[in-house]
Amino acid sequence: MRRVAVIGTGHSKFMYNSPKTSVEMLSEVAMDAIMDASLKPKDIQAIFAGNGLGDFEEGQSSVSSYVADDIGCFNVPATRYEGACASGSMAVRDAYMWVASGFYDIVLVGGVERATAIGVPLATRAFCTFADSRYEFPAGFNYPASFGMLTYLYSTTYGVPLERLKELMAGVSVQSHEYGLQNPNAQIHQALTKEDVLKSPMISSPIQLHDCCPFTDGSAAIVLASEEIAKKLVKKPVYIAGVGQSSSGKISSQSKHYPRIRARELSVQQAYKMAGLTPQDIDVCELHDCFSIAAIIASEGLGFFEYGTAGEAWERGDTRLGGKIPINLSGGLKSKGHPIGATGVAQVCELTQQLTGNLVDLGRQVEGAKYGLTDTMGADGIVVNIILSAE
Amino acid sequence: MEYKLPFEVYNKNLKKGKLLGLKCNDCGTVTCPPTMACSECAGTNHEIHELSGMGKIVTFSVSYVGAEGRQNEHPLTIVLVKLDEGPWIMGNLIDLDPQKVTMEIIGKRVKAGSKMFPGDKYSAAAARPLFSFI
Repeated sequence: MRRVAVIGTGHSKFMYNSPKTSVEMLSEVAMDAIMDASLKPKDIQAIFAGNGLGDFEEGQSSVSSYVADDIGCFNVPATRYEGACASGSMAVRDAYMWVASGFYDIVLVGGVERATAIGVPLATRAFCTFADSRYEFPAGFNYPASFGMLTYLYSTTYGVPLERLKELMAGVSVQSHEYGLQNPNAQIHQALTKEDVLKSPMISSPIQLHDCCPFTDGSAAIVLASEEIAKKLVKKPVYIAGVGQSSSGKISSQSKHYPRIRARELSVQQAYKMAGLTPQDIDVCELHDCFSIAAIIASEGLGFFEYGTAGEAWERGDTRLGGKIPINLSGGLKSKGHPIGATGVAQVCELTQQLTGNLVDLGRQVEGAKYGLTDTMGADGIVVNIILSAE
Repeated sequence: MEYKLPFEVYNKNLKKGKLLGLKCNDCGTVTCPPTMACSECAGTNHEIHELSGMGKIVTFSVSYVGAEGRQNEHPLTIVLVKLDEGPWIMGNLIDLDPQKVTMEIIGKRVKAGSKMFPGDKYSAAAARPLFSFI
């Protein structure tokens, strides 16, 4: 296995109601990433693209193949990855392995989603296809309900009274919106107070509207290359130091571990082990805050905080710029947005910028950041983690 | 290898109020809903086993926003129940107006009946456990 670097990035504005199609959205950021790496489309040997629900959203599957043709990467192998909300991260991990193995030298990884075009009821139904259609969807399952169940379970498991937990969860949303204001690519630019969160409409108890990330249209892309090529093309390559991925069965099958997400713990341990790092070494993290409680659970599973205590970490400011472990300075899924096929790729874009020191002007640079960790969770527990290194 | 307790058989029985799972002959674990391999030891030496349908609520959510085609079912109370035989299962709770449901229901003993989800454009019709307080 050889070292692999991120040598170019492209990131669209995340938004509601994109006027562009998925193929167009992904083509734009793919070209941005290729040009950022000082390359031409003919240099790309393969394309790996996350896209969760193109079939529902536009009647368009096989987006990766059409994008290859659209951007002039004629006839290269182009593969679609579907892992629900972790689709993009899965594509990054697989692309990494193809380059690390020596099979390819330069590849493009992208992700795209256009979920808002179909409206909330159909988008909700489409997302429910990620649940177990035989044994759990029939009960009226949806993802806000899934995280609602986790919230009550978190409260009873760790003895955090619901009212207190809800206040801590609101703090997570407030922080994400605050940082989202500083991200021009964020979907929602709106300052929130805890009261705003706690007064927002109930979606699935005890999850309220402002505990939830939005549906999003958006795209992101990166170019990966071997270390040898990276050193020739960019001044300061950011390397992939570790990767992990794990799967899960339906919600009820995870009874032994809930509210902990076993797949996350297994995935991130793979990534830490590969990188030779521990949670204490990570300088900045982008994690999967599809719901406020999800951020709390994720940060504990990644090893940053003791189980049952992460909400207080947000309250203390440990997760802020300058805190113990800055989390979701991009605004996270909550404010930046969550185009599920692109989310994991977008997290890698964000941390690549952090590790190259490019975010000073945007007011969210973690000074001297050396190691960054991404975390995405799809469906009932498809988890992918990527560790990036500045050296 | 043949699937020992396929959805079709499980579903037909649940429709009649009979909850079926699999009991592992090697480790004794009961798996429900069914899977190909034992949920504990991953073995396939198991037999179809009828569960009591009794258990206690471990968590829940009162859902107000339904997926397309299912909005008229909401609000509804989705529960995860730990069955007496060990496994957790997802279903709905009746007996209590969803808008009056609080954390007080956690730990309460319930018994499973069943109710049909008629299916939609994407998913087949399926019975789901419908729990009531004992």
